[in-house]
Amino acid sequence: MGSYVLRRVLQMIPVFFGTTLLIFVMVYSLPGDPVTALFGDKAADPAVVASIKHTYYLDQPIWKQYLHYMGNLFQGDFGTSFTGRPVSDIMADAFPVTIRLALMAFVFEMVLGLALGVLSGLKRGSIADTLVLILTLVVISIPVFVLAYIAQTVFATNLGWVTPTVQDSYDLTQLVLPATVLGSLSLAYVARLTRTSIGENLRADYIRTAVAKGLPRRTIISRHLLRNSLIPVVTFLGTDLGALMGGAIVTEGIFNVQGIGNVLYRAINQKEGPTVVGIVTVLVIVYLVASLLVDLLYAVLDPRIRYA
Amino acid sequence: MNTAVDTAKREREAPYEGPLLDVRDLHVEFVTRDGVAKAVNGVDYSVSAGETLAVLGESGSGKSVTAQAIMGILDMPPARIPRGEIRFRGRDMLTMGKEERRKIRGQKIAMIFQDALSALNPVLSVGYQLGEMFRAHRGVSRAEAREKAVELMERVRIPAAKQRVNDYPHQFSGGMRQRIMIAMALALEPDLIIADEPTTALDVTVQAQVMDLLAELQAEYNMGLILITHDLGVVADVADKIAVMYAGRIVETAPVHELYARPAHPYTRGLLDSIPRLDQKGQELYAIKGLPPNLLRIPPGCAFNPRCPRAQDVCRAEVPDLFPVTEEDGTPLEGRGSACFFWKETLHDR
Repeated sequence: MGSYVLRRVLQMIPVFFGTTLLIFVMVYSLPGDPVTALFGDKAADPAVVASIKHTYYLDQPIWKQYLHYMGNLFQGDFGTSFTGRPVSDIMADAFPVTIRLALMAFVFEMVLGLALGVLSGLKRGSIADTLVLILTLVVISIPVFVLAYIAQTVFATNLGWVTPTVQDSYDLTQLVLPATVLGSLSLAYVARLTRTSIGENLRADYIRTAVAKGLPRRTIISRHLLRNSLIPVVTFLGTDLGALMGGAIVTEGIFNVQGIGNVLYRAINQKEGPTVVGIVTVLVIVYLVASLLVDLLYAVLDPRIRYA
Repeated sequence: MNTAVDTAKREREAPYEGPLLDVRDLHVEFVTRDGVAKAVNGVDYSVSAGETLAVLGESGSGKSVTAQAIMGILDMPPARIPRGEIRFRGRDMLTMGKEERRKIRGQKIAMIFQDALSALNPVLSVGYQLGEMFRAHRGVSRAEAREKAVELMERVRIPAAKQRVNDYPHQFSGGMRQRIMIAMALALEPDLIIADEPTTALDVTVQAQVMDLLAELQAEYNMGLILITHDLGVVADVADKIAVMYAGRIVETAPVHELYARPAHPYTRGLLDSIPRLDQKGQELYAIKGLPPNLLRIPPGCAFNPRCPRAQDVCRAEVPDLFPVTEEDGTPLEGRGSACFFWKETLHDR
């Protein structure tokens, strides 16, 4: 087990450098000069441009820029945005919002998705099962921005329960609606995945054994069926948590949530290299840690992996 | 110690005399997209305490479905039981409530499955799966259940049971896994064990060990045993009587050695003739011609008639009953029956 964890952690190192290098090269080789763009329509003084470029290390070849950036990064310095604000400050503002939004969406999709999946998996062919299948299919088919506008119209405009957009991104009650919209797609996948997995495991020989042992139905489902059925669902949920932490550009944009997705969107538009690379670097780490946790959880759930 | 167990058991169960299990005219069908598959078509058999009944037949003969109907582990639907009785200690289990039925499973009647690797839960330790019997039926504590699990593993001679109780099924060899299945079935000292091809998935050398263990434990606890198999070699040493099944019916019953010596049904003859023998080395091996019938369209008359060397018009027109088999002079042969109009000819002229 220990060597397995160590191997997985070591594997993360090349992935980390590879992804950061890739994003760095991509951001800094975008067409257009961000520094000249700062001046808008006014002609820029070449001396000022050169001085800004020097401050931000932009006058160096790209590999030097990367090494310089990584060097700073390992000292905890994410660099400074073109507005002069440290990137770490920007992230410190936006990440807590995204984490809240992500966790709410995650709890929503996990609890409801699993419940619906278990229900329809156990009662295949029933009305409830058909209903779940249709509803999840509808959610999967509709793009998230359509869903967001429908939710806004129904709950804000028609019912007046909430304001159409979020006024205070730190207020949890205001995040409920965006979180629901954000989690709905994964909820549909979780429900369907759980349903299929339960259906398959119900026919497994070891379930027949459990019945033949005279165990109560409750024990058969909770001890024998669920544990085996949840293995693929846990994998999906884990990677999805990583994805949710990356911020939701569309949902955050529509509901005006000041999370990482919104910040990232603006930064890309303004060719804010340091901010984009800083955020993406953190996201890469979040993603790697999330998938490591999934693999470890997987090993906890399935002993066959633990000792392999 | 054994006599103490036996006396206690006898006292508890004294009121009922007669066979432990009595299956009467059992029918099982499966509703499929293409029609109704008649898997079991009027099976009768009985087992008493300490007795071993071997049920012999090819795949699709209905031997496993009958066993699953007895255990009450058929998926209904698609399966249904339109007719028949399954009497356990005189009470028909088919008319019992679900909860009462569940309490019989595992406690009174236990089952051993063919492939222990898939029949054991891969994510739970064997100790847990063994102990679960005591936790579910006896309500003992977790720690006590673990102790009982170790005892059971020692009982079926798994080496280093104490160290291995927390291991998972995939960490055991095939033979050891089947021993764990046996231990699980034995846990609550049931009256009857149904073993569905318990040795099919094992190496030949391990097969013998597992069969010996099963026979030994059966004798010790005085249990009834139904041994389902397609392997004539397995049953010869351990069974008391044999029921041969074909297309969902019993076509021949006999005490084990008589069946081998003098079969009274052409199908049984065919099965015995298709065992490879050393003295026939180099000759072509006999095989019953044709294929087992499609259960959606069982041929009229005797189901075996299209494959039978003795088939006459009557075989295509009428379904034969299980006729009592006698010697040529009419002396009845105890426990023998054959569902063939020509059982006499089959029995006597070899």
